[in-house]
Amino acid sequence: MTKALVIGGGHNGLTAAALLAKRGVDVTVLEANPAVGGMAATLEFAPGFRAPGLAQFVYQLQSDVVKALELEKHGLEFAATGLSTVALSEARDHVSYDDGTLIGHSISVKDHTAFVEFNRQMQAFADVLAALGNRRPPKLGYGDRSDKLGLARLAFDVRRLGRDDMRQLLRVGASNVYDVLNEWFDHDGLKGALALDAVLGTHAGPRSGNTMLTYLHRRSGTFGSLAQPRFSNDSLSEAFANAARSHGVSIRASSRVANINVVQGRVSGVTLSHGETIDADLVISNLDPHTTVMGLVGARHFDTGFVRRIHHVRMRGNAARLNLALSAKPSVPGLQLGDYAQRLVIAPDTDRVERAFNPSKYGQWSEEAVMEISLPTLGDPALAPDGKHVLSATVQYAPYQLKAGWNDDNKSRFTQQLIAQLDRYMPGISSLVEASELLSPLDIEQRYGVRGGQWHHGELTLDQFLFVRPTYGAAQYALPLDGLYLCGAGAHPGGGISGAAGRNCALEIIRQEGGV
Amino acid sequence: MTLRTAVTAFHPRTSEANLLNRWHQWKGVSISTVYTDEELEYFALRNSCGVFDLCPLHKYRIAGPDANDYLNRLVTRDVRKLAPGRVTYVAWCNDAGKVLDDGTLFHVSDGVYRLCAYEHHLSWLMASAIGFDVSIVDETTDVAGLAVQGPTSCAVLKDLGLQGVETLKPFQLDWYDLNGVPVMCSRTGFTADLGYELWVDPANALMLWDVLFEAGRFRGIRPVGAEAYEMARIEAGFLQAGVDFIGAAQIVRPGRARSPFELGLDWLVDFNKPHFNGRRALMREKQTGSVWRLLKLDVEGNKPATHAYIYAGTSKQIGFVTSALWSPVCKANLALATVKQPFGEASDDLHAEIYYQRELHWSRVMAACTPVTGAFWDPDRRRATPPADF
Repeated sequence: MTKALVIGGGHNGLTAAALLAKRGVDVTVLEANPAVGGMAATLEFAPGFRAPGLAQFVYQLQSDVVKALELEKHGLEFAATGLSTVALSEARDHVSYDDGTLIGHSISVKDHTAFVEFNRQMQAFADVLAALGNRRPPKLGYGDRSDKLGLARLAFDVRRLGRDDMRQLLRVGASNVYDVLNEWFDHDGLKGALALDAVLGTHAGPRSGNTMLTYLHRRSGTFGSLAQPRFSNDSLSEAFANAARSHGVSIRASSRVANINVVQGRVSGVTLSHGETIDADLVISNLDPHTTVMGLVGARHFDTGFVRRIHHVRMRGNAARLNLALSAKPSVPGLQLGDYAQRLVIAPDTDRVERAFNPSKYGQWSEEAVMEISLPTLGDPALAPDGKHVLSATVQYAPYQLKAGWNDDNKSRFTQQLIAQLDRYMPGISSLVEASELLSPLDIEQRYGVRGGQWHHGELTLDQFLFVRPTYGAAQYALPLDGLYLCGAGAHPGGGISGAAGRNCALEIIRQEGGV
Repeated sequence: MTLRTAVTAFHPRTSEANLLNRWHQWKGVSISTVYTDEELEYFALRNSCGVFDLCPLHKYRIAGPDANDYLNRLVTRDVRKLAPGRVTYVAWCNDAGKVLDDGTLFHVSDGVYRLCAYEHHLSWLMASAIGFDVSIVDETTDVAGLAVQGPTSCAVLKDLGLQGVETLKPFQLDWYDLNGVPVMCSRTGFTADLGYELWVDPANALMLWDVLFEAGRFRGIRPVGAEAYEMARIEAGFLQAGVDFIGAAQIVRPGRARSPFELGLDWLVDFNKPHFNGRRALMREKQTGSVWRLLKLDVEGNKPATHAYIYAGTSKQIGFVTSALWSPVCKANLALATVKQPFGEASDDLHAEIYYQRELHWSRVMAACTPVTGAFWDPDRRRATPPADF
């Protein structure tokens, strides 16, 4: 029986583990932290207050993964589904939108009309990306029949958009979201929020190249719409873990892998940080490519050219997480009651998002940050003591390489700045704060072992996408070391709670290892 | 702006000796093509003692705790047991298993190595250092080198005052004191003959030249230029980057790079050692077969087969000659050739299509070729320790 070890119990690792176990592989998942779930796991940040680790919304989940793992049977629950995005405005000019509707008293008829067509077209493009994301990326220039088929399918999917949409995709697909939004819309608040959608979690501003790609990537989920999992019982992580366990995967928490062992050009297993050695035929890493290659295996087991490319995979974390323990629900002037539980964003216009990005290029945080905010306790009250609330925000921009250094003083200064900024949108919130937690990219790196605190395990740019993700020579999940595979966000199709990388990886292993 | 060509640390002496004023560009540095007479210089290498200016050879100093691990990952040969004071011949490949260059690796002193090569490699060596605790310094211009080659070379060095130099075995190096100046001497060279290479601080280069030529006055010492040295190189059957193969980093056309197997360097590839650059690609090539093969050829007649096409029979073109000469010492017409696999067996009835010109008129000859295994020129004195006192 083939024996496989999966390093990292994030959702991709659990997906790969479950699908391999289903095929009869003896799989053990090794998770460094006390609980599985990786960036999607719920953590207590102040006594009695819990918040999602990094992933506060789910929007990229793939129905292929949900189906194959039977996640719903295994306990996946949502606290809220069909969420809208509400762009907050200091002037009470809030705008709310989802994939179908756009609401806002200052939205023009022209923008309303454009929004319908914009959504149709973007969804069509995102569907091409989703189909691509659920397959092994094709390799260029090789004789492999399945690679040629993969390319043909991509060409077919693009062509099937129809002449006008295809031309439009080719025109804007690699463009920046700033220019594209200005082509479509007039309303600043709407454009700002859509721009934030494109740059969330990336080291990019709306005017950076190929932010249209990141926007489409974000929309490429095929399972339901924007949703908030039930975090109070960790239902998302547990569903993945239960699915894996149901196929016989054993999960070992608090087991940090220190080294991937190699014998004569083939992996032989791993050594844990406390010295235990576990032998295996296959090692599947849910960690980022750099940490896997340079940290766990070591450069000496790979060729120079490959190491040089992996070493230079761009992974600059530029987002922080802010969790606030609140004594009461904050209030936003002019916001409808039902909108508090939606996805709230502060991104007043595209220029302000771009300006927020500017200082981060030079090692400083944004003086005026842009944020994605949730009040998860509204749909999931068990996350906080009775009557109290949690505000959870993804904050940009906060560069990993902060010139002043991410020490406690600076973190506290940044937290105060963010609370003061929130106070302009939610007057009085600063007096509701009982406790706070700020996770800098450095904290994210330490907590999740992801280099640079970069959630996507490598920035999602065209040069690190598809057949060059993470780099050529490793784009089809197999690393150039026999028996070693990548199943995380550093592999195609990239980050987000999607499960596609884990699923594709498992399918590729089954293909390569001859029906293990 | 045109930059003046660089010169070597020996230039004041070599330019004085270079009566023909003919200069050869070696990676942007001038060395003498011929000093006075190519044949006299060649015969000095084979019959007495020839001195060749090695300064332009690229030299990289590699040190640090991981130096040996680093080198063992860099080159295809197992160098884990290369003891201090030893030198070895190595080749190194890119990820695709194509040869970037070949050269010599000196274990200069405990944990300090010098890699000598024809091409520039700093970028590759630095990239290869990612993940290793090593320091890499390009010391090309920090070390002046002279090759002292030929049957009387050992006697000349003894007369020079390198005490005990006769005990140096091939591929061994040691340090000597010369008028208070430290000189590194290695029993290495590019001539497949008795010979040594001397390495000093460039500040002492002219002093070394002067005392060396004084010491060799009665033993037929003579400076030799690039042409004579090239003749000896071909007789030795050694490969020259840029001539017999193009380093993979210099290649622009697909399919033109060569693997070690395609250059007859199988013996340098060790699959039993830990991972090295190109290992996976070379394993695959071992299974699927190589495209090219390098041949040493004994060519019929006396017309050098320079740039000749090679045929199986007289009509099927299978390759080409990369280096060729009429060898005075072997009394044979020699060539290094690249041919397509599976050709290259003696049974293939190999021919070289040689064109030659006499008073403007071209003639063509199809000369039969015999593949030679082993070296063209390999005298016993190359290995004898101590060498005979000529």
